[in-house]
Amino acid sequence: MNRREILRRSAAAGLLATPAAGLLTGCATSGGDDKGDAGAYKGTKSEQNPLGVKEDAPLEVVIFNGGFGEDYAKAHEAMYKERYPKAEIKHSATQEISKTLQPRFVDGSPPDVVNNSGAGQIDFNGLVSQNALADLSDLLAAPSLDAPGKTVKDTLLPGTVEVGSYDGKFLVLNYTYTVYGIWHSTKLFADRGWTYAKTWDEHIALCRQIKAAGIAPWTYAGLHPRYMSWPLISTAIKLGGPSVALAIDNLEPNAWKSDAMKTAADAWYQIVKDKFILAGSPGLDHKQSQTAWCQGKAAFISCGSWLESEQKDVTPAGFNMTVAPTPSLGSGDKLPFEAIRGTAGEPFMVPAKAKNTAGGLEYFRTMLSRKGAQDFTKKVASLPVVAGATDGVELPFGLATVVKALDASGSNGFNWVYNNYYRKLERNLVDAACGEFFSGRISPAEFLDQCQKGADSIAQDTSVKKYKRAA
Amino acid sequence: MRHGRLPLILSFLLPPLAVYGIFVLSPYLQAFQISTTDWLGYSAQADQVGLANFRTLLHDGYVWNALKNNAILLAVVPVVTIALGLFFASMLTMGGRKGRAGVTGVRGTSVYRLVYFFPQVLSVVIIALLWKEIYSPTSGLLNGALRAVGLAEPPAWLGDPRFAFWCVLAVMVWSNVGFYVVLFGAAMQAIPRDIYEAVLLDGASRATMLRKITIPLLWDTIQVAWIYLAIAALDGFILVQLMTNGGPNFSSDVIGLRMYDTSFGSENKFGYASAIGVAMFFLTLSVAVLALRTARRDRIEYS
Repeated sequence: MNRREILRRSAAAGLLATPAAGLLTGCATSGGDDKGDAGAYKGTKSEQNPLGVKEDAPLEVVIFNGGFGEDYAKAHEAMYKERYPKAEIKHSATQEISKTLQPRFVDGSPPDVVNNSGAGQIDFNGLVSQNALADLSDLLAAPSLDAPGKTVKDTLLPGTVEVGSYDGKFLVLNYTYTVYGIWHSTKLFADRGWTYAKTWDEHIALCRQIKAAGIAPWTYAGLHPRYMSWPLISTAIKLGGPSVALAIDNLEPNAWKSDAMKTAADAWYQIVKDKFILAGSPGLDHKQSQTAWCQGKAAFISCGSWLESEQKDVTPAGFNMTVAPTPSLGSGDKLPFEAIRGTAGEPFMVPAKAKNTAGGLEYFRTMLSRKGAQDFTKKVASLPVVAGATDGVELPFGLATVVKALDASGSNGFNWVYNNYYRKLERNLVDAACGEFFSGRISPAEFLDQCQKGADSIAQDTSVKKYKRAA
Repeated sequence: MRHGRLPLILSFLLPPLAVYGIFVLSPYLQAFQISTTDWLGYSAQADQVGLANFRTLLHDGYVWNALKNNAILLAVVPVVTIALGLFFASMLTMGGRKGRAGVTGVRGTSVYRLVYFFPQVLSVVIIALLWKEIYSPTSGLLNGALRAVGLAEPPAWLGDPRFAFWCVLAVMVWSNVGFYVVLFGAAMQAIPRDIYEAVLLDGASRATMLRKITIPLLWDTIQVAWIYLAIAALDGFILVQLMTNGGPNFSSDVIGLRMYDTSFGSENKFGYASAIGVAMFFLTLSVAVLALRTARRDRIEYS
């Protein structure tokens, strides 16, 4: 290593060590010219190549290296390479999507495929409002790779397109199907002779029974209390129907204070009031609370279906974690007990300024092929958004219960997307309100007030782009 | 100057200056420029908005809340850290009782010095995670100890807005004290022994010695420590972000975290975040200048 190289490397190290202030601005005014389409790779469209991929165009894929790892992506890349042997694929994986890629977005040279996920995710509201994402509608219309006679869209589970659409434009491919519910250990319940309650009154009675047995009925991630907003909003939607979620997503005035939300918040306050929550939960983070739950210190926890793989290392053998829908409030509920929140998650995107957008779309087509989806399920034990991808694959216990819950829920499944539209509203504002509510410091009415205030502050913020969905 | 030396000096001086200019000065200048735009960070598109970001800043309750916490840090952390640092350092250099005429440290000084310095060796991230576990309400060391002495329901520490901020503050002090023990200790070694021996002969107590001799003679060092800790108190970002992320309900928020959250966290308003950064810059600058001004005294020189 000569001296110049040492200098260059130490400069690079210095850049990495520069605190946030430096990073904020380091690359801000470099690049920046809109280069338009110049230099983009384009091939000729044909029946074999409906997206017009240039077969020797290089493809760059950046994967979020989180719970799913990166091996599944390498497998997808190999499948892509099989079809386009001349294409050179550049693969990289990081946990810090936003910090790693921000300069490249500004520079106008982003990668072709980005798995925008994790805590370092780039806020989609900003990306969409800056027109940084490529339209994926060509992908939907393209024929599926290995399902004859079907377009890619036909192979997707319901809701996939809606969740990735902004103002009707399909921009984000969410690759996994996530179910949000209340989890318990079938083993614990069988040992104690408990059954999961279908109505709220029964649930409270069961909590009383569990508490009497010396176990805390509930625990939650006190440092990320938004996890508890999920069952609460679900309860409200099951009571009042999907319009409850629609109003919240569209930032309608007093959406958080609808009658359904009020009834749901009052109901959930019972577990706070009666001290059904594991002492100290407000000070636990998600891992700590989930581990306490796995250790049998608490009976219920609210989480999404990534829970099983996240807890793989600490779950005792035979624990048999099971997901269940939130209990019904009563016979007046608009949705049946089985209705559960299911939504596509784990977002993938093709930046609008990527050199090889056609290749990016084609890569998605590979991921969404039956072969690609089944490989994913086998590797990471999660559901992809491709219908029937789990057929014939042996699923781990928790995931099997997820599939069962989804089947039972059927067309009654529901979802909300305000967390995608306005990341700050869920991550900061509703989160803080949940923390106050579930640790018993504020009443249900104050809780809804605080959420509504948060939603209003977003609604009034002219620098945030607003989205509406129809249904 | 001899001719041969100029190229040598330039070749040693210019590269570091260039590195400094490119990686430190230019981002600072850019931050000023960006703070007057509505840049969202993921395209080159940024419109000039003048001082609008600063106007928003003035009415942003979350920013003021974070500033309030920084003010508390600024008032508490330097005082407590320097007091503890001085106390430990003087115990280590002159707290010993053995040999009444001599000035020595307590027994095991070298061990203590090593132990105190230990947190300084650990990276801040490790310290944050370590203490997060210690404060853990169910399995943490702290609550384990509290339960052992009979407290049935110890607090949830980081999950309780009454305690979370102070818990982080305590860690900040804990992680800093060791360095100042060593710093003050080294400075104390430089104070001539005969001064101490003279006042000892005059019958001064240890407290008087510390107040009348040690502190005045250490003033320069203390002043440096003061400025350094004041700047650190205006930051506090890493500990807060890792331990509480500003929660619960923003009770432990600091201005650095506001800036980070606005740009890389829940939003990506880089223009507004830069405005926060610029405000932080001036705050830190004024605090440093104020600390220098108020702490200025005549320097005592040993002859």
